[in-house]
Amino acid sequence: MVTYLIRRLVFFFGALFAASVLIFILIRAAGGNVAAIVLGRHASANAIDALAAEYGLDRPLPVQYIDWIKGMLHGDLGRSFRTGESVADLVVSRLSISIPLALSGLILGLIIAIPAGVFAARNAGRPVGAFVGLLSQIGIAVPVFWAGILLSLLFGVYLGLLPTGGWVPWSVDPIQSIRSLVLPVISLGLILGAVMTRYVRSAILDVMNQDYVRTARACGMTESQALVQVGLRNASLPIVTVIGLQMAELIGGTVIIETVFSIPGLSRMILANVAAREVIVVQSTVMLIIVFVIFVNLMVDLLYSVLDPRTRLGQ
Amino acid sequence: MTDSAMDVRDLFVGNGDLQAVRGVSFSIPVGGRMGLVGESGSGKTLTALAMMGLLPVGWSTEGRILHDGVDLSCQSDSQLSRRRGRTISMVFQDPLTALDPVRRVGHQIISLIRRHSDAGKAEATEQAKALFRQMNLPRPAQMLRAYPHQLSGGQRQRIMIAIALACYPQLIIADEPTTALDTTVQKQVLRTLDVAVRERGTALLMITHNLPIIAAICDTVAVMYAGRIVEAGPVAEVFSKPRHPYTMGLLRSQPTMDNIALDGSSRLPSIRGTVPPLQDLAIGCAFQPRCEFATDKCRLETPKVIEGLSCWHPIVLDAEE
Repeated sequence: MVTYLIRRLVFFFGALFAASVLIFILIRAAGGNVAAIVLGRHASANAIDALAAEYGLDRPLPVQYIDWIKGMLHGDLGRSFRTGESVADLVVSRLSISIPLALSGLILGLIIAIPAGVFAARNAGRPVGAFVGLLSQIGIAVPVFWAGILLSLLFGVYLGLLPTGGWVPWSVDPIQSIRSLVLPVISLGLILGAVMTRYVRSAILDVMNQDYVRTARACGMTESQALVQVGLRNASLPIVTVIGLQMAELIGGTVIIETVFSIPGLSRMILANVAAREVIVVQSTVMLIIVFVIFVNLMVDLLYSVLDPRTRLGQ
Repeated sequence: MTDSAMDVRDLFVGNGDLQAVRGVSFSIPVGGRMGLVGESGSGKTLTALAMMGLLPVGWSTEGRILHDGVDLSCQSDSQLSRRRGRTISMVFQDPLTALDPVRRVGHQIISLIRRHSDAGKAEATEQAKALFRQMNLPRPAQMLRAYPHQLSGGQRQRIMIAIALACYPQLIIADEPTTALDTTVQKQVLRTLDVAVRERGTALLMITHNLPIIAAICDTVAVMYAGRIVEAGPVAEVFSKPRHPYTMGLLRSQPTMDNIALDGSSRLPSIRGTVPPLQDLAIGCAFQPRCEFATDKCRLETPKVIEGLSCWHPIVLDAEE
């Protein structure tokens, strides 16, 4: 167990280090004099140098990198060139939108995928099972933005039940905020659910063919009891792994969905700052997202050792 | 009902056009011990799974499986589930895969006891410990908290046997219970099973292709070939005076100290040919293509079962060879 933990942690920090170097280099490699672009065409050479000096852009790259990491470790994510706002403040206000959106999408996806996958597995080889498989296949094929547009058309434009887009801040009218999130969450959840259904189905099919399921039934469990008590419990191992892998997909999905529904979440903020060449805002926020994804995968690995006693011994 | 723990009549097990078990009948008296022998693919395991109502998807049965006053072949899954592990239970071949890898073995046996009785948790735990002790498992209390992967194959199979015995069933089906174990462990596990079954008066169906095991443990034996029982009777009689050429072949191909030379020069007698694929079984005796005594009659007519034998030209042995 201890060696397992240590190996996971080493991997966690290694991945963080590699990711931070990569982001830093990629963003600098975009090239150009950032200060000059930020200040515009008519800025004087003195003003450009002053801005570069203020933000440390004139120093050697390794020094910049180390300063950036040092700041991040102390919770200082840097400041925006244009507004001078702290990146940390910007991010926190956006997270209050993006986290509920992503989490609800994930939960909805699981609520769809687990029953649908179990149903498809139990009816494998029958028309109903194939039908669920077909639906899931369609869900995988439909791009998330198109699902968003269709839902927005149906519920927003034709039925007028929910807003087609836009955002009312939590502090103004929480009910309206929730209403604004419903369609984006459904779009994300449906697409994620479709992908996960396939994984759940194959995990259940695989587990239900195992000898220990037959033993469970030989011990007096009905088929459904064996499915729930033994099948799902064992199938949870591959499913949890896939959830970890889907986190990156989920964040990609929120970028698109926030754009489709004009929701000012974290992802939209990143896009806007990429366009504005806000180097520091972009690199810090992207790094935060990477920390989050790698952290979730670390949690998945740890959860795995809770779920599967075989991994607890380390070797 | 009557005095049999299991009475199988004209059992057929098939999957679509494929008939893997073709008219098997046998009866195991209360407390009786029957061996079922045959090569791989002869239908032994499917017969056992049919009795448990645990056939894989796509397989169905015909015929009657009478046990405890009911015909198991026409019971629903939930009706059967109340019997499995309680009046009839099964020990599977591979102990490495037969236990749930993510649950403590204690949970698996205690939940079985509680499912089939009104015992509380503490009481069921005590019963499980007693069973483990009877199975000669060391430190039962600790063993209950172990996960399957922490135990050896022999220990896991003892636990499977404890699970099978837990509710004092009328019949235990043991499907090759020691095939996957080391030779040294095999004997101990079999002994433990044998003693426990005798003490409780539980009937036993021992499925194996290991004839010495049958000779040591069982009263009666049925020899299966290509989905049929070709010869059946008391173990002593069948093994000392086999009447079916296939039984004879099986007995001859067992390694003994006489037919094995340690320098590797010897040839173990074997039955020529292989088990025919079930889908091209022609009319007549299924063993006929491999039988050295086969006649035209064997090719044209399926032999009837007379006095537990299904052969047109039984071998007559006057004395031991």
